[in-house]
Amino acid sequence: MQCPKCHAPMHTYNRNGVQIEQCSGCRGIFLDYGELEALTRLESQWSQPAPPPPAAPQAYPAPPQAPAWGAPHGGGHHGGHYGHKRHKSFGHMLFSS
Amino acid sequence: MTSNPLLPHLTARAEATAHSRTSACPCGATVTLADRPDATVVRHADTVAKAHAPDITPTELTPRLTTATHLPDLLLPPLTPTPVNLHGRLVTFWPYGTPVDPADPDAAPWEAAATLLARLHRTPAPTPLPPARGPVKAALAISRLRAVAGPEPMTTGIASPPTGITSADTTSPPTATTSVLRAWDTLPAWARAEAPQPDSTTLCHGDLHLGQLVCHPAPDGPWLLIDVDDLGVGVPAWDLGRPAAWYACGLLAPEEWHRFLTAYRAAGGTAVPAEGDPWPALDVPARALTVQTAARAITKALAEGRPLDEVEESFVDACDRMASVPLELTHGHAK
Repeated sequence: MQCPKCHAPMHTYNRNGVQIEQCSGCRGIFLDYGELEALTRLESQWSQPAPPPPAAPQAYPAPPQAPAWGAPHGGGHHGGHYGHKRHKSFGHMLFSS
Repeated sequence: MTSNPLLPHLTARAEATAHSRTSACPCGATVTLADRPDATVVRHADTVAKAHAPDITPTELTPRLTTATHLPDLLLPPLTPTPVNLHGRLVTFWPYGTPVDPADPDAAPWEAAATLLARLHRTPAPTPLPPARGPVKAALAISRLRAVAGPEPMTTGIASPPTGITSADTTSPPTATTSVLRAWDTLPAWARAEAPQPDSTTLCHGDLHLGQLVCHPAPDGPWLLIDVDDLGVGVPAWDLGRPAAWYACGLLAPEEWHRFLTAYRAAGGTAVPAEGDPWPALDVPARALTVQTAARAITKALAEGRPLDEVEESFVDACDRMASVPLELTHGHAK
């Protein structure tokens, strides 16, 4: 491709897995969509030990453990399953020996 | 339903006891709160009279009453320290307390229940007590199931489900019986009441469910545990076994189970480790109570000549899955 500023030919370089184009005339650099963010992220990884993982939006830190023989809980195709059963069972099953 | 000849006598005693407690009884109707083979309970004003199971002896019941008298912050204390004999049945008298509302799941006092259990488990028994009856009750449910289902549950014919209801085999009581008995056979001897429990000192309620909590004084007093019939010394995880089984079988939401377990740990309960995976300690009691619940449900469905409903079936399904998952071993309890 040609440089959009001076129309000299641009050459493609790979910097840490990010493809960047540099003009052979004015030395200007052309970044595709998202490449600046990719480079910034890479730069911060060099200067910081490791970014903390993003906090997951959950009602409680982790779902409580359950036995392997238990019923599938929450989420996925079982979402709302226990809620329905809870409503049906609460009044009698949870009040008898 | 045949009328219970005990009921009018029990009612008279409840009224007499209520009137001895107050000079201004509003004297409304006497209400029957429960009338089962193992207990008849009536209420008159602020007094409740309970006729205990026909086979229970004063030697078993009196230390349990004594325990409730000594721990009034945990257990509803009886009005009289010893049972009286009424037509061959032991009868005790209690103040009335407001029960948990079965129509309001969101108001269920999970934290209060857990905290009461944690404190109970940390309290030394104030008097020598027989073993808590959790495993005995589970074994009783199994022997009743065997009695009604017959020796060969695989061969149907005792109570084929009525036609045209559901087609799935798992809802058929005979098929479900096979699953339940197979799960029962995998439990350790102590959980089947065929050997002593591996804990003979910890004070346990023995039959916890949401019908075992009342607010006293009614209606705004603190929550207390009621029903000392199964109270004794034993494995405290049994008291957590029902909520654990409800959670495992999908009746209790993860949030509610989390609240219960967190409150139990926060109150210093000893049945599970303070942190980490609680299931090694809960596995055997939760399995046993799942099996017990499934057994009772099938017995009831057979008597009523109907298939299992969706909720009952979830306990049978859990019994099915248990067969392929080995017991979690802990503290040598699973021997």
